[in-house]
Amino acid sequence: MTMTAVPTATPLPTEWRDFFALTKPRVMSLVVFTGLAGLLAAPGSIHPVLGFTAILCIAMGAGGAAALNQWWESEIDGKMKRTAKRPLPAGRMRRDDARDFGVLLSATSVFVMLVAIHWLAAVVLALSIFYYAVIYTIWLKPRTPQNIVIGGGAGAFPPLIGWIAVTGDITLMPVLLFAIIFIWTPPHFWALALFVKTDYADAGIPMMPVVRGEKSTRRQVLAYSVVLFGVSLLPWLIEGAGLIYGISALVLSGLFVALSVPVGLRTTRPEDSMKPEKRLFAWSVIYLFALFTALVADRMVLS
Amino acid sequence: MTPEEQKEFIRRRKARNKVIGLVLLGFVILFYAITIVRMGD
Repeated sequence: MTMTAVPTATPLPTEWRDFFALTKPRVMSLVVFTGLAGLLAAPGSIHPVLGFTAILCIAMGAGGAAALNQWWESEIDGKMKRTAKRPLPAGRMRRDDARDFGVLLSATSVFVMLVAIHWLAAVVLALSIFYYAVIYTIWLKPRTPQNIVIGGGAGAFPPLIGWIAVTGDITLMPVLLFAIIFIWTPPHFWALALFVKTDYADAGIPMMPVVRGEKSTRRQVLAYSVVLFGVSLLPWLIEGAGLIYGISALVLSGLFVALSVPVGLRTTRPEDSMKPEKRLFAWSVIYLFALFTALVADRMVLS
Repeated sequence: MTPEEQKEFIRRRKARNKVIGLVLLGFVILFYAITIVRMGD
């Protein structure tokens, strides 16, 4: 018998926990939160059972897309410290099993959304899975330093789908919620990329700080923050949300810009503690939760 | 396969079957609930 150099997956059945890990549960919790916010902020009402089903479908779709992402990137993941312990690069699962699991989850989520909720919600859910798994993961992520901007599009779908599940149509408001997460993602992620030097370059992923340099990344963080300020106020300005949201957005986004200014204008010194970047990143996470909570609170109080 | 591996094999298969069973049961309950709610529309 000859030994092969390629590490083969265990002949033992894969632990169910590894299948669960393949759905990126931590990302899923953010998806569930923003999806739920979209669902609760939408005008009209939905039966709790159907509301639960819609959120479950959004979560399953995100899980399926995450599994497909890891199926495709198993080799890249193996080259980076942060991801090397995932089920596929660690050899705890067969690649084909991850693909089949991803397809099964994705197909189930779209099917259930279609029969139980609304055809448009199902169509947009299918589109979001295709966008993340194919357009982002397979096509653009390895090709352009704008990958984070494009990836932000994938994360922006949940509130849109949650909203459509209630209303059955697409209006300006849910599109604005999409836009907020879309614009929020680059400064959120690039702030992190500035202080966490990961091994993306070794794995062949063109991240902005590596490709265009730190200075350009910093300017772009600031630029996106300023745009975010404007976009986050739009739901209030078009009267899709009330005063609670408007004032919250003004304060939250104002702080976002204020924290982005030092990040955008400074240059890193040797042995830099990267405090402004860390502060901006921490705020960006709180920001998203707070803004969407304000949106829901606004709607609850108004109705 | 050594006896230890055999034991581990059976343990993992059992755990996986249990989870699949629970998920299927969950879907049965969910579809029942959805049907009842939908019929009320």
